[in-house]
Amino acid sequence: MADIQIDELDLGTSRSLWATAWLRLRKNKAAMVSLGVLIIYVLIGIFGPMMTPYGHDQTFRDFTREPASLERYPRVDEIVPAAERVVTRSRLQAEEIVLDGDTITITATSRREMDERVTRYIDRSDIFSNTRILEMSDDNLRVTMQADVNRYLFIFGTDTNGRDQLARLAIAIRISLLVGAAATVVALAIGVLYGAIAGFIGGMTDNIMMRIVDILYSLPFIFFVILLVVFFGNNVFLMFIAIGAIEWLDMARIVRGQTLSLRRREFVSAAEAMGVRPISIVKRHIIPNTLGPVIVYTTLMVPKVILLESFLSFLGLGVQNPLTSLGLMISEGSRDIQGTPYLLIYPALALTILLFALNFLGDGLRDALDPKDR
Amino acid sequence: MLFQPLKKTLQAATIAVACAGAVSAEVYMRGNDSDPETLDQHKTSTVVEANLLRDLYEGLVIYNTRAEVIPGVATDWTISDDGLVYTFNLREDARWSNGDPVTAGDFVFSLNRIMEPATAAKYANILYPIKGAEAINKGEGEGIEMGVRAVDDTTLEITLEQPTPFFIELLTHQTALPLHPASVEEHGDAFVRPGNMVSNGAYTLVSFTPNDKIVMQKNEMFHDAENVAIEEVHFIPFEDRANCARRFEAGEVHSCSDIAAEQIGDLRDRLGDRVRVAPYLGVYYYGVNSAREPFDDVRIRQALSMTMDREFLAEEIWSGAMLPAYSWVPPGIGNYVDEQPTLDYADLPMLDREDRAIELMIEAGYGPDNPLDVEISYNTSENHERTANAIADMWAPLGVNVTYQVRDASAHYAMLRDDKIHDVARAGWIGDYSDPQNFLFLNRADNPGFNYGAYDNPEYDGLLDQAAATVDLEERAQILAEAEAMFLRDVPQIPILFYSSKSLVSDQLSGWDDNIQNVHPTRFLSLSN
Amino acid sequence: MLRYIFRRLLGAIPTLFLIVTTAFFLIRIAPGGPFDAERALEPSVLANLNAYFHLDKPLYQQYFLYLWNLLQGDMGPSFFRRDFSVQELLAAGLPASITLGTLALLTAIVFGSILGCIAALRQNSWIDYTVVATATFGITVPNFVVAPLLALVFGVWLNLLPAGGWNGGAPANLVMPVIALALPQVAVIARMIRGAMIEALRSDHVRTARAYGLPTRMIVVTHSLRAAALPAVSYLGPAAAGLLTGSIVIEQIFGLPGIGREFVNAALSRDYTLVMGTVIVIAVFVLIFNLIVDILYAALDPRVRYE
Repeated sequence: MADIQIDELDLGTSRSLWATAWLRLRKNKAAMVSLGVLIIYVLIGIFGPMMTPYGHDQTFRDFTREPASLERYPRVDEIVPAAERVVTRSRLQAEEIVLDGDTITITATSRREMDERVTRYIDRSDIFSNTRILEMSDDNLRVTMQADVNRYLFIFGTDTNGRDQLARLAIAIRISLLVGAAATVVALAIGVLYGAIAGFIGGMTDNIMMRIVDILYSLPFIFFVILLVVFFGNNVFLMFIAIGAIEWLDMARIVRGQTLSLRRREFVSAAEAMGVRPISIVKRHIIPNTLGPVIVYTTLMVPKVILLESFLSFLGLGVQNPLTSLGLMISEGSRDIQGTPYLLIYPALALTILLFALNFLGDGLRDALDPKDR
Repeated sequence: MLFQPLKKTLQAATIAVACAGAVSAEVYMRGNDSDPETLDQHKTSTVVEANLLRDLYEGLVIYNTRAEVIPGVATDWTISDDGLVYTFNLREDARWSNGDPVTAGDFVFSLNRIMEPATAAKYANILYPIKGAEAINKGEGEGIEMGVRAVDDTTLEITLEQPTPFFIELLTHQTALPLHPASVEEHGDAFVRPGNMVSNGAYTLVSFTPNDKIVMQKNEMFHDAENVAIEEVHFIPFEDRANCARRFEAGEVHSCSDIAAEQIGDLRDRLGDRVRVAPYLGVYYYGVNSAREPFDDVRIRQALSMTMDREFLAEEIWSGAMLPAYSWVPPGIGNYVDEQPTLDYADLPMLDREDRAIELMIEAGYGPDNPLDVEISYNTSENHERTANAIADMWAPLGVNVTYQVRDASAHYAMLRDDKIHDVARAGWIGDYSDPQNFLFLNRADNPGFNYGAYDNPEYDGLLDQAAATVDLEERAQILAEAEAMFLRDVPQIPILFYSSKSLVSDQLSGWDDNIQNVHPTRFLSLSN
Repeated sequence: MLRYIFRRLLGAIPTLFLIVTTAFFLIRIAPGGPFDAERALEPSVLANLNAYFHLDKPLYQQYFLYLWNLLQGDMGPSFFRRDFSVQELLAAGLPASITLGTLALLTAIVFGSILGCIAALRQNSWIDYTVVATATFGITVPNFVVAPLLALVFGVWLNLLPAGGWNGGAPANLVMPVIALALPQVAVIARMIRGAMIEALRSDHVRTARAYGLPTRMIVVTHSLRAAALPAVSYLGPAAAGLLTGSIVIEQIFGLPGIGREFVNAALSRDYTLVMGTVIVIAVFVLIFNLIVDILYAALDPRVRYE
């Protein structure tokens, strides 16, 4: 059974190759689930930040470090103390505070004369809005106000600045996917072109080009990345380039190997005999035919890049706030595991699921495209 | 074969069970912020080294556990009426760890060494009040004698350039510690190594393993050795403060010199009063580049300062590890007035401040329709980042658009010193000695290294000069307060928070008093089980 | 073979030279210098310091001075840690890094191989799935999450192991750092061995051996493992480099005196000579590892010959 498939692969046109691969992939349950998960992530990355109830940089000063909860904040028994705090912060003295469903009635006194602007103090809080004066004493030293109570849902909790972790998670997924994709594209572009050229031209050029790759392999690249980021600032763009610049080496080797074997194939010789320019041959015949292993390798590279980014974030060299990435959220969360575990758990879970999906999909694709090379 | 490592691991685990939590009571495991740059007192500049050198050496005067200046090698001293000549009587029983007596000549040798340009001492300028010191350190010292003289073995005379009321306080700094001339001559720069180092403090250096630990043992030659309770101290460097907290909870270290701000609340819940947070002599501020438009407009600077909700920053962003700052000089400082000048909106509710600030911005020509772009520069750190994020949020109602410029510490401070291309930049200052001058001098026009607000006010500089020439402490304090009031009116640098010292201190450790200088000499501490 | 090794070592010289030169100039174009800290220095003091460390000379002169000293085996004094020379700091940090790295690598190979074998022999059983899932988990959870969790659980809550510190490399202090460091590598190696083994089990010579009635265990050991080891060996070079990087985080979290931590501190404080020193040492390590890998490759695979 397996042998027949290999034959098909060897002989077949690209359409049947993709069709067969797709058929095989569909049989792989883990890979299909992973593909579904991945599509969900991409959708979250694109649309998530627009759909979360609060912005990723919106801060709620009344709700810092609130644990994840399906119940709305503030809890019912927290509303009156919150109102007391607001009154005190406005330099007023609370006389009576009555909570009735979603409205609160506050009676307060002041040593200075007040006017109708006093309601703004109450509105200022995230919790209360639409404050109106019910009664003002004649000497303007005593006021009764009524306000609506706003309650918020933070299903993943809030961080120290009072930012909704759900919104942060959505933007983090977007950034992490972007970093992963962008660095991969850089590595792909350099690696595929470099490898294809080296393999196609062959001979001395190939020797020299691969020797350079060998030398670059022995450079402690991660250290150069750290140096670059330390010296030239935390620039996301620079990070793509730096990470891409490390990862293209493997890609170049793989593509070169593929190209070397393709080089001896009939259709390449035929094209050459017909006088097609080498650059066109590389573009039309070589690169499309190396796509299989390249795609496999790419799915495995994305998780590597995302992890690398999180490593840089841990060292304080990654993405900068108010933007965030999964790695940054995890490294922030890991600083106080005991006090605020929910700041670690959800982003860690999100990253783990994403990486699981990418890994299983990569495995599945490898099995589907190239059953011999496991 | 294959199972060998597993077996090893199991063995290791068994051994571990036996030794975990086994911190010997005689050895004080002391967490420090990091490794020292050096143990050469003349080349040091940070509190990390101060903590170490305080145990190794004894200066003319020292701090006790409450950070009060008490006699050290000097038993007493007199000051001439013009405030220029200090005469110290040294104790007879002061000994170096090799048995040599500590003499006035040793101090003369040390103070001369730190000023030699060849020593390349980072913090030589702190002792510039001594006569001739500045000229010698700058290499202009041809034929100039330092104003330091050994009258006899136990009498030291120091002459100053001009009266310096905080001079005695200054001598508590590690740069004024003595060193043993014979070993410096014998070993050169290597006199700081274990085995070479001869010290006169309560402890002697046993070993120094980089990034691991520094071991010190009680110095039997020390004149007060009988009252030194702890036999051995290990100083452990912790760049990762969470690591220190974990090891503290596991019972492996007795004290931590710092706590990560985000952990304070949680640690307080679990460790109670073993978490020590005390006011500290330091200010956290934003320098507003007043040499640049539009920040040369005092209304804009005031508006920016007014809208900062310092209580929120201190309580929520820093989890109570900082105190709100409404003045430049930290409260509790020595040689100062009782009623310190403050920002005049300190007591106003936030909303009224915001109204005033919006008015000021409109007067200056800015508002939501014509937003002001401000770039906040800070050095890489999670806490600075969160502070900047929160402040940006507070400025939003003014119509201020904030962008961020993050550099690592070295690049950040190089920019502040040389290029000065910032709009608003974070910085912090920890006092070297307890005197308002040590804070106010940061804003002098002729102090480009620290004047991040580019403050250029001859009147202010004049007041500081006048204070420097005033011997009467009360009168001097009044003049300095006047200068601070002037500074707060102009706010070229916006004080935001005052630092606190944050420590974890084990119940086993006694004698650790919280104090404004955060000094805790090991010789005054003791361990119990 | 000896000639090959000699040629490779010779070839490493220009590589090293390239690394030294790039690193030297890369650090120098970075903003900030070794004496820029929260406390600005007096200009006169700064001048004294610059003169002391020859920073007042033109850059090219400093470069040649550095190269000249390096050729004589002198990496210079550390700019920031003034009581030590760079060699001394590296000598102090290397034992910890090497111990950690070697133990982690051995742990990864041993456990990775065992897990990989078990999974391959029980392909598509629940054991196989468990191993694959665990292995994937090892790759996906960053070690800066695993490390503090381990320290918290075993150090603080259970109080079984020290929560940090080096303690002269005592076994108890090594357990958690080694596990945290080895975990991702265990995962990679297990997956790799599993894949290679499944293929080897299907290959003709194993089938033949089975047909002759040789016991299964023998087949596994003699044929499959040998074939399966090839990809694992070629992975060792990058893995060694990975361990060096991983150890930066582990050293920081457990407070261990290795050169990874030294490197990060040096880069942040612009300790030019110390950065250079760590970069050189790490580059040498990577070069040596690549060489070892190539030699092992030749030993395992009769088709590869070095002339």
